[in-house]
Amino acid sequence: MNTYLFFCELAACCFFILGIRYLASPRTAVRGNLLAVIGMGLVSVAVFPTLSAQTVWKLIGVLALGGGLGIFGGLKVRMTDLPQMIAALNGLGGLASVLIGLAELRAESLHLTEISVGMSVGAAAFGGSVVAFLKLQGIWRSGFGRFRFQNYLNVLLAVFGLGAWYAFAVRADLDTACLLIASVSILAFAVTFPVGGADMPIMISLLNACSGWAAAAIGFSLNNVALIITGALVGSAGTILSFVMTQAMNRPLKKVLFDYGTIARTQDLKDDRTVRVGSAAEAAFILENSSKLIIVPGYGMAAAQAQYALQAMAEVLRQNYQVEVKFAIHPVAGRMPGHMNVLLAEAHVPYEDLYTLEEINREFEYADAVYVIGANDITNPLAATDVSSPIYGMPVLDVGKAKTVFFVKRSLGVGYAGVENPLFYDEHTVMLYGDARKVTEEIVRVLEKKP
Amino acid sequence: MLGRCGSKGLKMLVFCLLFAIFVLACFVGYFVVWGVTPALHSPLMSVSNAVSGIVIIGALTTASTAQTALGEALGLTAVFLASVNIFGGFTVSQRMLKLFKKKERK
Repeated sequence: MNTYLFFCELAACCFFILGIRYLASPRTAVRGNLLAVIGMGLVSVAVFPTLSAQTVWKLIGVLALGGGLGIFGGLKVRMTDLPQMIAALNGLGGLASVLIGLAELRAESLHLTEISVGMSVGAAAFGGSVVAFLKLQGIWRSGFGRFRFQNYLNVLLAVFGLGAWYAFAVRADLDTACLLIASVSILAFAVTFPVGGADMPIMISLLNACSGWAAAAIGFSLNNVALIITGALVGSAGTILSFVMTQAMNRPLKKVLFDYGTIARTQDLKDDRTVRVGSAAEAAFILENSSKLIIVPGYGMAAAQAQYALQAMAEVLRQNYQVEVKFAIHPVAGRMPGHMNVLLAEAHVPYEDLYTLEEINREFEYADAVYVIGANDITNPLAATDVSSPIYGMPVLDVGKAKTVFFVKRSLGVGYAGVENPLFYDEHTVMLYGDARKVTEEIVRVLEKKP
Repeated sequence: MLGRCGSKGLKMLVFCLLFAIFVLACFVGYFVVWGVTPALHSPLMSVSNAVSGIVIIGALTTASTAQTALGEALGLTAVFLASVNIFGGFTVSQRMLKLFKKKERK
């Protein structure tokens, strides 16, 4: 065994830890990413002299091929499609761990437990990521895959997986290993199958964690400290992110994975209440006369690609009308943790203008106007009051405290959770019907026309 | 690192040491990750995705020392997948992080 390689690997781990540490602030984040790149470069270069000379060129070729594909994908992907890309990468990482486990199976028999754990967790990351990718890419719609007795099927598959694991522990050959991998992948596939679009932030974080834990388990089977440390880092990152997301949605993990009853519920009371519908010109008039505006973007904003129009609106209000404009970002406004921040950053919204739920919630009562665009559930006051509501307990943005609330929506529909938002019928609320981008662009046009 | 161990006792010792490292690394991860600002949770995810590509070390070693054609094929595929992860993850992180700009004061 190679001491110099070991120290290079350890150095790489330190770089990774520092790299993540530097992500603490947007100012140092680019440096953080660079540190992680340096660590990875160091360890990849260091490993080559230890490899057998005949295979080196083949390995470099394969690496270049994969690297080229990775860079190509990384440069091409649109920021709205980021969650799919991350899901795909999670799946590939899990699959890589599975394959290493399989390959090591032949050469090695002392680490069977570690290998089986590594392969199982990797297979779970892979199976789940396939579903996540297909749903995020829109190939399967978000509600696809729900049927009754799903949980019984899952239990059946889990029992089958345990059987496969037992068979592997006894026989420890390639056949039983494949059986184990297949059964765990199918189980993960079945469990993630019914998970809907709004639960995707939790799902992706969880799969990210899985790919990390798989790497750590493979590290145990190879007696490799670098894999263990890095796997633990990635595993805890994913676990913390899923925790943050479940808190932000107040949806415990077991509800996300095993409880589909609450999701598709719709209520049909209403129609005797009146809704105030406004036009872009009216909205522009109220906005230009406000002194403080808070914008609340949701995934619908991103889906309509309205972020550039939104930033244009914020700028024209600031420059021409001296309005104070802030953006309120709910933790689950997007399809993955922090997605909304990236989308707005892409439209050149400075990160100082973005405020988290805790920072902004006190300010709504001083706001003259709130512009809710492509969001619904994250503003629903029922989450605080209605115990029977599926979103009860979810922290929401208190937009109702502002003097005027604009909702930019296609229709008076319910949100993802199937709950009606009583704010729509509030006298301070103005509904702006239409495509998020078109409505915002129209407002910008009106605002720019005036001197 | 410590090589392949012959005896059971030594194997257990190695495992315990590695497990201790694992647990400590989890704590390091826990504290470091909580320090990351929520605004950068997406880049955090793609960076951690990229660094989890470190399994490439295992993949390279496995592919290089494989005795059978199947073992080599598995190893090479793992190298391919891990390198997609590394390069894709870092590229997309870099793209994202460059978007986060400070306000230009006029």
